[in-house]
Amino acid sequence: MPDKHLSSQFDNDLNALCGSLLEMGGLVESQVSIAMKAFSQLDSDLADQVMMREAEVNNFEISIDQACTELIAKRQPTARDLRLVMAVSKAITNLERAGDEADRIAKRTKHILEDSASHGINTAEIRVSGQMAVSLLRRSLDCFARLDTVIAAEVVNEDKQIDEEFKAFVRKLTSYMVEDPRTISVGLDMLSIAKAVERIGDHAKNIAEFVIYIVKGTDVRHIPHDELTKEANS
Amino acid sequence: MMEATNSQSAELKNALEIKDLQFFYGSFQGLKNINLNIAEKHVTAFIGPSGCGKSTLLRTLNRMYDLYPGQRAEGEINFYGQNILDSKQDLNLLRSRIGMIFQKPTPFPMSIYDNIAFGVKLYETLSRAEMDERVEWSLTKAALWGEVKDKLNQSGLSLSGGQQQRLCIARGVSVKPSILLLDEPTSALDPISTAKVEELVHELKKDYTIAIVTHNMQQAARVSDFTAYMYLGEMMEFGKTDELFLKPKRKETEDYITGRFG
Repeated sequence: MPDKHLSSQFDNDLNALCGSLLEMGGLVESQVSIAMKAFSQLDSDLADQVMMREAEVNNFEISIDQACTELIAKRQPTARDLRLVMAVSKAITNLERAGDEADRIAKRTKHILEDSASHGINTAEIRVSGQMAVSLLRRSLDCFARLDTVIAAEVVNEDKQIDEEFKAFVRKLTSYMVEDPRTISVGLDMLSIAKAVERIGDHAKNIAEFVIYIVKGTDVRHIPHDELTKEANS
Repeated sequence: MMEATNSQSAELKNALEIKDLQFFYGSFQGLKNINLNIAEKHVTAFIGPSGCGKSTLLRTLNRMYDLYPGQRAEGEINFYGQNILDSKQDLNLLRSRIGMIFQKPTPFPMSIYDNIAFGVKLYETLSRAEMDERVEWSLTKAALWGEVKDKLNQSGLSLSGGQQQRLCIARGVSVKPSILLLDEPTSALDPISTAKVEELVHELKKDYTIAIVTHNMQQAARVSDFTAYMYLGEMMEFGKTDELFLKPKRKETEDYITGRFG
């Protein structure tokens, strides 16, 4: 928010709100990144680390929501200030859920480790889409910090690639399961992880859509992508 | 300068159509090229910083400025097709059709009953029973009847500030006007009285066209259907209240309503 309010305390409150959102975003990004590392390397310690920090993400959600409510009560924000506060309140819900997905990846990774049977399933798609999800999440937070709608539109568009990777993995997993029923148990854990990664991409996409809402005032959820790009670049 | 956003769609009927209105305090131009339609049975709010011309605009709508020498308006204000700026306009008749309520409650120093009856007598000859009925009707419209029905002979000045303001609104509606102009009607009132007057505005718009000037932007957001943002005598932006407060078209409007106006 470049222009200053008459009340500098109002500016401070809004800046603090954005700061907390980005701090929470950094934590969630690190959670997702470590969870994916735990999965790729089948590292139980890393998975434990993610599960231990999950509560921190939840606490962030509660305290930021509280700050949003207080700001609305005290300042009655309007126009882009109001859009910012609403977007922060919704973005933290998305971040919290992305944090839940990281937790899910960690738990399922531990489950795979406990289920000692060797499976031989190639998980390249999950690893690739995991990296894409971490990158999308980072960029969605970047564009939130800079209120950059062009990057926001790119994030929305790139989420589709994660969806494609997910579909490709499901097709492959089905054939593994058909060929060897012993892979079903571990296959279901992997399906769950692949789905978690796909959801993280969706959350990053939602956050990017809120950025366009803050800046342009247009709700771009559920509209065709070319319209969204046009709005973001207008 | 006004954005071409005539958000008032075709199905809305206009009570007032303001065209190229200019207003002068002697040589100082207080209003510049105002073009605006005020929709029938809706609430239109005027907001803007002090000195922006919002009260001036309101005062042109029933020619209140005529009381002061050296003040003049140019252009047209069509009230259901009739230009009220026409020098042949009967001002008493006009002000009975377009009533005004001021910032500070101004009850007459007479009984509550006579505060209402006084104005009615200027325009109509009613029997005692008809007048009783009109007084009750007006006070009921102004959401004051329940509080004063047992003390109609007490002085209007004995009421609280909020009650006095509602008495003035009752007096305004008693002559059955078509438009009510409210000039910061709650700025001298406490929050509860303010809430009552706002509630009343919401009720009154079923029967009357209302134009309100307010310094309280949240009040404009709460009570109005349309909002006009004025600055230095010009209409900067006019549109539906919901849109203006969420997504104003002009940066100047946004800076003002978000409190960035310096």
